[in-house]
Amino acid sequence: VPSFRDLPWLPSAPADFRERARTLGKAASGWGAAIQHLATHKLDARAAATLGKAIVRCRTAGHSLAPLSAFKLGILSSATFDLVAEQLPAAAARHGVDLTTVTGEYDQVMQESANPASDINTANLDACLIAVDHRWLRLDRPALDGSDPVGAALTQLKAAGDAVTQNARCPVIFQTVPVPPLALFGNYERRVAGSLRTQIEDANRRIVDLAIETGGYVLDAAALAERVGTDAWFDPVQWLAYKLPFAADIIPAYADTLGRLLGAIRGKARKCLVLDLDNTVWGGVIGDDGMDGIKIGQGSAVGEAFLAIQQLALDLRARGVVLAASSKNNDETARAPFRDHPDMLLRESDFAVFQANWIDKASNLEAIAKTLNIGLDALVLLDDNPAERAQLRAALPQVAVPELPDDPALFPWTLASAGYFESVAFSQEDQARAGSYASDARRADVMAQSRDLGDYLSSLDMKIGFAPFDTIGRQRIAQLINKSNQFNLTTRRYTEAEVAALETDTSVFTLQVRLSDKFGDLGMIGVIICRPATHNGAKAWDIDTWLMSCRVLGRKVEDAMLARIAEAARAAGIATLIGRYLPTAKNNMVADHYAKLGFTLLEEKDGARTFALLLASYETPELPLTVL
Amino acid sequence: MDKVAAIIRDMFEDYDGPVNDALTAEQVPDWDSLAQVKLMVAVESEFGIRFESREINEPANVGELVQMIEKKLAKK
Repeated sequence: VPSFRDLPWLPSAPADFRERARTLGKAASGWGAAIQHLATHKLDARAAATLGKAIVRCRTAGHSLAPLSAFKLGILSSATFDLVAEQLPAAAARHGVDLTTVTGEYDQVMQESANPASDINTANLDACLIAVDHRWLRLDRPALDGSDPVGAALTQLKAAGDAVTQNARCPVIFQTVPVPPLALFGNYERRVAGSLRTQIEDANRRIVDLAIETGGYVLDAAALAERVGTDAWFDPVQWLAYKLPFAADIIPAYADTLGRLLGAIRGKARKCLVLDLDNTVWGGVIGDDGMDGIKIGQGSAVGEAFLAIQQLALDLRARGVVLAASSKNNDETARAPFRDHPDMLLRESDFAVFQANWIDKASNLEAIAKTLNIGLDALVLLDDNPAERAQLRAALPQVAVPELPDDPALFPWTLASAGYFESVAFSQEDQARAGSYASDARRADVMAQSRDLGDYLSSLDMKIGFAPFDTIGRQRIAQLINKSNQFNLTTRRYTEAEVAALETDTSVFTLQVRLSDKFGDLGMIGVIICRPATHNGAKAWDIDTWLMSCRVLGRKVEDAMLARIAEAARAAGIATLIGRYLPTAKNNMVADHYAKLGFTLLEEKDGARTFALLLASYETPELPLTVL
Repeated sequence: MDKVAAIIRDMFEDYDGPVNDALTAEQVPDWDSLAQVKLMVAVESEFGIRFESREINEPANVGELVQMIEKKLAKK
């Protein structure tokens, strides 16, 4: 079970993170974007501190940190806050903010706020965080004598807040107070007027009111402590020995939570949720599994998991987040479930833009941003496919792309936890926003962009394996032959018995293709059957079947498969490969498959195309895959 | 020792003298009581250990800190 504390939606930092952070300042431009990109990874305390120092170096060197927005935050704390402060700039950069902190002296909240000449009050702050706990508020003891510690606590907090407002002339960020796990009465705790829990929960309600009255903000530390667990939050040893405000290993989660708030104050919260479709909003692949094959709806855990992610998307839409879709699919195929599947919660009209095509996702996300007239940094892409996510991040680092666990049951948790849509206000305009974009699920014009993905493909560490048909692969081969619709050149179906017969048929050439990459084993992703033929009087192979999983599109897998076929064909004294495209309602995406691979069109009849490749003129290309 | 040295190098970027068992806080300009807290927390996190409150008396030098860690790791 994932934990909020680990920020599991963030991708792991690259191996050369420290080196990249240290050499940031040496770049000629683009410092802010580079900082934000590095900050988007999961950072432990040391990595966050390293990036924080790099940010300071860039700033000191006079580099512009745009597109990050500058923010100067004062911090008044009743604990040793420096370890937290050290991790804040990296977390703030993740949310679009170039953060400078001014930390008041340890446990000098009243003194620092009341003294007009204090560091806090002379720093020209954009906001000041008053990070005090139950101890500072004197809500650390039960009050069973009828006294009113909560009233006194609020008076004191208000005095500190008012002093900041008056002297530093900036809004205050108040913090709610976590309830320490020291109940005196157990289950009866909530019924005792002066118990710790009763006092602190009462205080929290009044802290929120105080923020509303004074135009301040609330950092909901109590909610954060509840998520990570107050047993973990209140670390008695680290409090006694180091006076840490909460356990050190919660700092990254706290820093991110504060970073979101600062980002939202600066208007950096994201505005649009882009949903992948297959295996993201329903189980299965609509192009292959069909309307009655996809998993969505009540009655199964998986179907209900996808309902839950659809419900969350709808709730976000009601809150003002714009929805878009981006899927590698034929347009009609992808829209069908939204129109006709009775169990779907999402409907076509919930989407402002609907992109289903075979062009790369980065180009489609650019088209979505352009159509909605918002920046790429306003987009979040939810996609189950790790390679698609990595590719999108490499192409468009401004787009937020959460890591997703394999289990769709955890998709809603992940999306809700990642905090992309943080807000500091909620108005009728927000509620109306999603509707203010025409909800016509329009198709945005998109042009495939050739873009420099650097060493993205080689970084996938792909390993491809080829083998002739065999008994071990038989069942899966037959399944692919009978199920694949989209990346399938001829859509010829064979029974398992027919597949078995091919295993021992020496006249045919067969391949089962497997792929693995650094994200895991993708299993069997391709099937080839070549039959003997002649072409212009010379020996040829006629490619009877060529099918692939759509999951491996855009990864040069087809090039590697052709290289393997060509190698085997040459060894067998074959001069020519014949390729055929037989059109169906679903395989339009591969109409140009052979042309792209360098085959020549021989004839076209009723949409069916025949191609040839002379092996004498074929050169094996350099490919970013290792052949096993 | 190598891991401890790496943490110390990371924390005190301006210090370029030797990091060995004999090194004390006094020899490193930025090594104040706050830095000491940071170092202890970083060590706890790096080695996956937690010092008990009675174990947290300031080590006299890096060698003593390494001994504290080794003792802790041996108990794991």
